[in-house]
Amino acid sequence: MDDNKKKQWTENTIFLVVILGCGLGVDNTYYLQIMTFIGINTLLALGLNMLMGYAGQVSLGHAAFYGIGAYTTAILSGTYGISPWAALVCAVSCAVFIAFVVGLPTLKLSGYYLGMGTLGFGMIVNILFREWSTVTGGSSGFVGIPMLEAGPVSFMSGRNYFFLVWMVVLVAVLLCRRILSSRMGRALRSIHDGENASLAVGVNTHFLKLQIFMFSAALGAVAGFLYAHFVMFISPESFGFMVSVKMVTMVVIGGMASVWGALLGASLLTLLPEVLHGFAEYEMIIFGLILMVVMIFMPQGLTRGLLDIYEHSRKRDKRHGN
Amino acid sequence: MQEIIQYLFSGITTGAIYAVIAVGLSMLYSSTELINFAHGEFVMLGAMAIVTLWVHMALPLPLAFAGAVALGCCMGLLFERLAIRTARTPQPIVLVIITVGASIFLRGVAMIVWGKDPFSVPAFSRHDSIEIAGAALLPQSIWIVGAAVLLAGGIHFFLKKTLTGKAMVACAVNKKAAWLTGIPSEKMGILAFAVSTGSGAVAGIFIAPITMSSYDMGTMLGLKGFCAAMIGGLGSLWGAFAGGILLGVLESLGAGLISSGLKDAIAFILLLLILYICPGGLFSAKEAKRF
Amino acid sequence: MVTDSVKAFSKQSLGSCDIECPKDITRSHDILNVRNLTKMFGGVTAQDDISFSIEPGIVCGLIGPNGAGKTTLFNMITGIYRPDSGQVLFNGRPTRKMAVHQLVRAGIARTFQHVELFGSMTLLENVLVGMHVRTKSGFWGAVTRMPWVMREERRAREKAMDLLEFTGLTQYAHRPAGDLPVGRQKMAEIARALASEPKLLLLDEPAAGLNPVETEALGKLIQRVKERAVTMMLVEHDMSLAMGISDKVIVLDRGKKLAEGSPREVQNNQAVMEAYLGRG
Ligand SMILES: Nc1ncnc2c1ncn2[C@@H]1O[C@H](COP(=O)(O)OP(=O)(O)O)[C@@H](O)[C@H]1O
Ligand SMILES: [Mg+2]
Repeated sequence: MDDNKKKQWTENTIFLVVILGCGLGVDNTYYLQIMTFIGINTLLALGLNMLMGYAGQVSLGHAAFYGIGAYTTAILSGTYGISPWAALVCAVSCAVFIAFVVGLPTLKLSGYYLGMGTLGFGMIVNILFREWSTVTGGSSGFVGIPMLEAGPVSFMSGRNYFFLVWMVVLVAVLLCRRILSSRMGRALRSIHDGENASLAVGVNTHFLKLQIFMFSAALGAVAGFLYAHFVMFISPESFGFMVSVKMVTMVVIGGMASVWGALLGASLLTLLPEVLHGFAEYEMIIFGLILMVVMIFMPQGLTRGLLDIYEHSRKRDKRHGN
Repeated sequence: MQEIIQYLFSGITTGAIYAVIAVGLSMLYSSTELINFAHGEFVMLGAMAIVTLWVHMALPLPLAFAGAVALGCCMGLLFERLAIRTARTPQPIVLVIITVGASIFLRGVAMIVWGKDPFSVPAFSRHDSIEIAGAALLPQSIWIVGAAVLLAGGIHFFLKKTLTGKAMVACAVNKKAAWLTGIPSEKMGILAFAVSTGSGAVAGIFIAPITMSSYDMGTMLGLKGFCAAMIGGLGSLWGAFAGGILLGVLESLGAGLISSGLKDAIAFILLLLILYICPGGLFSAKEAKRF
Repeated sequence: MVTDSVKAFSKQSLGSCDIECPKDITRSHDILNVRNLTKMFGGVTAQDDISFSIEPGIVCGLIGPNGAGKTTLFNMITGIYRPDSGQVLFNGRPTRKMAVHQLVRAGIARTFQHVELFGSMTLLENVLVGMHVRTKSGFWGAVTRMPWVMREERRAREKAMDLLEFTGLTQYAHRPAGDLPVGRQKMAEIARALASEPKLLLLDEPAAGLNPVETEALGKLIQRVKERAVTMMLVEHDMSLAMGISDKVIVLDRGKKLAEGSPREVQNNQAVMEAYLGRG
């Protein structure tokens, strides 16, 4: 127990130091921007990882919540001039409420049906963004999202925004950790290992799945809020099916290793397009291959799979060494 | 009135294509208990293959047709061998992600091979449209509906009347028992995949002349096929067929009478309603989920 | 018009009272009453008009050939399957409207014929999940980590360790449950089931796959659980175990109840001998 706590403290400290180091040490706006995007994607991956990695429930429409967060704040603060921070509260409440309404029937489904149900939900929301053009700006997008400000601090500069995003990520990481190490987290993981047994042991699996669905929707909405006020222009493409697939890919890479897996998945998928020349052309092929290959050989996720192989070989070495 | 008949015609035409897609999905489900999220991409492959073989290479139509279907079958076969059979833990959630991955992969490949621009394909027969009650019926529509009925009938005959087909269904019902009676369940799996993706390619070939074909047409079509299959009850071929026609007509009427922007949303709203209310489909009372 | 509907209403409520308030209310001290349960799967009648009752504190053996419907019966008592007709009363209360987790909270726990531990979680965590219905903290508790949450967690862990000691599994506490030997996994399932503090424990073939030494240890464990005033139903193919430990035995065959009585009575029953030794 105590060992665990110590380990978590060191992890958190390292994380904080790295954030501070990157934020203060990097001057290049382009790099800061990329690292901010990594933070936003990490939030998305963290939320979906709770649902997919830990509770074992697939969602192919999670970009919808990302979009709901972004469009809610855009409309409220852009069109109606409400303070963005009040809009944030509305965005999160809205996403959580929709997650509740949609999750109630959808999370009763399992396997293929759940995949289809969430996919259909994501598509409907995206069509809404596109077609409700008087409010959302339609397929040409929404222009005129205001900058974030908190009293005297303006988040105009890349550096301030970077710190804002990563502080939110840190809070989200701590929240996920607390949930996972609690009674609720244990029950969640038990659903992943065997839903029938979990039910028979007395876990209200449907309610629990619903709760975690709402939690991940909230994280998605926060990510959408941060995204909208960062790029200040949003369009339906940013929240379409491909984005949902991208989120799933991040989780598949990060897997159930730990909340850090989500960070790894998000970093990889944000950096790849920047590093690989002509990535946009091959983006779909690469995502598709990652999804297929990882799921075929390491269904518990890439990071977890690699860790397992490493631990296995270390055990074997020990046995042979002695 | 005249308008409504026109909507009905076009609805039945697209509906027939949805029906073929749905029959392919449903047939795969009833013989392997798997739902292929990449099914729509095989439809796209069929359409793109006919663009290359018939329009660009100017092969005779029957030859191009056979080539496109063969491509669909072969890709399905490869897919089954390389991605489905190799899965370490063939649970639904894993297979969902694998097939979604395959769908993105195939779309990416198609984008590189055929580019991003859509293609148009001329009608298969150059007859004038027939006028019925003031509404125009395109000969292509007759082609499509005829082919759909033939294909669904053929698959139905294959599954219900031939030995191989019966063996295939037996594998889905109980793999072990089928294996014990000497049915090569692995071969049956491959065959089911090939027939299913081949029929997907046929749907693609027939849809090519009435729409624009591009690398990203598959996802929507696949989802609509799935929606149709769910309406009819997964695993029931005639249910899937009826579901396809129903969906096509509803979409066409909805797009014409309400708003064309909502055309795609209709299918998805219908899909969710079916999933929530009667996951066994409209035409059967059977429950889809087994504990 | 009005009087008609009043009449209809009173009739209806009287009718429902017939079901809700059983005539043989004198036997309501039974912990479990099963009445005319019937369940079909397609064409298979898995349960055909089964009725019996169980007094508190006893061990009731449930035997019958494979496919007799024993597991199905457990699934209906625990609320996983809904019966086609008939009802189950637990402590005199009908369970039809209760969800599975509510039944567990009311005091019904079970183990599985094929081990269904949470393989990737440690044994301790498995037992802690078993305690789910006896603990309270939820999402907000987890997030805020209030003192009462931490206290509850500490107490739960202590109790879980006690249970592991009770079942002789202390040494495996921090190992993933999936890595345990099969014999230990069977015991672990009992530990997890006991964690919910059941009044009625349903054991589905707990001795299947155990060697003779382990089977004996299991027998002793069941005896000790019985001393804790837990009523048990036990599906078992090992006749010496089933007959030795049970106060009462129920025999099922092809969904029908063949016999019910003391182990001796059942052993001498003609119908049972036929079911087991072959039939035409
Ligand atoms: N979910 C189910 N679907 C269909 N048939 C089932 C299901 N569960 C049990 N059965 C059938 O019910 C009968 C009784 O099974 P079961 O209760 O498992 O027997 P036992 O535990 O006594 O060996 C068997 O014929 C079995 O095939
Ligand atoms: Mg059994």
